[in-house]
Amino acid sequence: MLYAILCYDDEAAVESWSKEEEQAVLGKRRLVQQKLAAEGRLGPVARLMPTTAATTVRDGREPLVIDGPFAETKEQLLGFYVVDCATLEDAIETARQLKSGEAGGALEIRPLRLYRPASGPAP
Amino acid sequence: MTNLAWIDAALTAARPQAIGALLRYFRDLDRAEEGFQEACLRALKHWPQSGPPRDPAAWLILVGRNAGLDAARRAQKQEPLPEDAEIPESVDIETELAERLDNAHYRDDLLRLLFICCHPDLPATQQIALALRIVSGLSVKEIARAFLVSDSAMEQRITRAKSRIAKAEIPFAAPGAVERAERLGAVAAMIYLLFNEGYSASGGSAQLRLSLCDEAIRLARLLLRLFLDEPEIMGLVALLLLQHARAPARLDAEGAIVLLEDQDRGLWNADLIAEGHALIEKALRHRRPGPYQVQAAIAATHARAGRPEDTDWAEIDRLYAVLERLQPSPVVTLNRAVAVAKRQGPATALAMIEPLAGPLAGYFHFFGLKGALLMQLGRAEEARTAFGRAIALAHTPAEAAHIRLHLDRLQAESGRA
Repeated sequence: MLYAILCYDDEAAVESWSKEEEQAVLGKRRLVQQKLAAEGRLGPVARLMPTTAATTVRDGREPLVIDGPFAETKEQLLGFYVVDCATLEDAIETARQLKSGEAGGALEIRPLRLYRPASGPAP
Repeated sequence: MTNLAWIDAALTAARPQAIGALLRYFRDLDRAEEGFQEACLRALKHWPQSGPPRDPAAWLILVGRNAGLDAARRAQKQEPLPEDAEIPESVDIETELAERLDNAHYRDDLLRLLFICCHPDLPATQQIALALRIVSGLSVKEIARAFLVSDSAMEQRITRAKSRIAKAEIPFAAPGAVERAERLGAVAAMIYLLFNEGYSASGGSAQLRLSLCDEAIRLARLLLRLFLDEPEIMGLVALLLLQHARAPARLDAEGAIVLLEDQDRGLWNADLIAEGHALIEKALRHRRPGPYQVQAAIAATHARAGRPEDTDWAEIDRLYAVLERLQPSPVVTLNRAVAVAKRQGPATALAMIEPLAGPLAGYFHFFGLKGALLMQLGRAEEARTAFGRAIALAHTPAEAAHIRLHLDRLQAESGRA
């Protein structure tokens, strides 16, 4: 089963991390990703630009174009991983590994219903 | 990341919001700061055990408010407390408070706090120092070092700014649309000045200067998060990101200035450039151009060129023409002349900057460009005079050293001739 692991955190807090802290978090997560990739279980990974760069198209009589993210919440969607896991337990374990040693924020595990790998040239 | 590092980042991130709200309660900057300080101490004690609260800002606001009221209670023991002061500190603070602090309040609190720091009665140097102290939470010592003044001088600067604000009227009513726009403009201008302090490297170590740029970007993002659909604020953030992206290439190993066309473009920060482009694209959709957007578009045009010779100088010339209309200034015309020199040659550019000699008589870059144009035209003697004037006006050893390179080249060429 493919799972999306969605990363949520307070964007302002993440922006207040020092460069060393950010590097430490990214480096630690990279190790987990390398392991997943070696096992052939890692799908696309993305880190999103801040929500200030977001644009939202909302349904209306005419679809409305709004600056900013869909929801103004305390924690924002900052990125995601797609991972192949045999069971939910495995997915939880993977999320635990990604999150270990971090404080704040959360990872949400969502089973994928449809998955189409990229068909065009990679960006 | 350690727990402590996380708490530190959470406190920094929550600070502007929390102090803004405490200022609304106490109507006094010092009391707001003290309340926040106390709340931070308690956070450091409680958070490692109880785990991080879901909404750190809300937690800090409530605890800071209670701490402030406790202090007031101690100060006037006999006075009975007003009803609403009796907020238990330990109970489920978060759910309770999250309901009460609606977003509109949040936004006005923050904007008020930022605006107070940019009060029109304060000179720019005091505005910046105050914002770094109150909103960013840098220590007096850190600010003093970045601005190359003594701790006591910086302390004095901040105290003076605070007492001036205490005398001025702090606007607590929710601002109207026009007022809000004015405040927004003042805050944006302060952030831009702060960034330039860091960018222009007019003193202090390069490292400290860069942290001023980082801080300016953090404040600009904060402002944009409050005004997500304000194209000029998008433009401001984009401008700062695009300029900052070049920081790793702007100085060489010896700390000498590397001009745009000589920079190793591989060192530019691609993430910041991409985000800058994304914001500019969003801003332009609004079709409400402004000086920050245009300057960001100019920076973006430079960033798009993989090699200096790929630079779209026609576009840059056009953008500077727009900027001249929006915000006429001799410095803008001077910058436009650089683009004109690339497209139409040094003679045209020189004719364009001649009329600026009066208003820019004390401006380093005017004589730097004039010297360079004269040099290209083979008028060595006049070039030497202009460069000499530039050196006399240089703010930093790096600026002077850069001009001296030109003079050496002139010297070498005349030696060969």
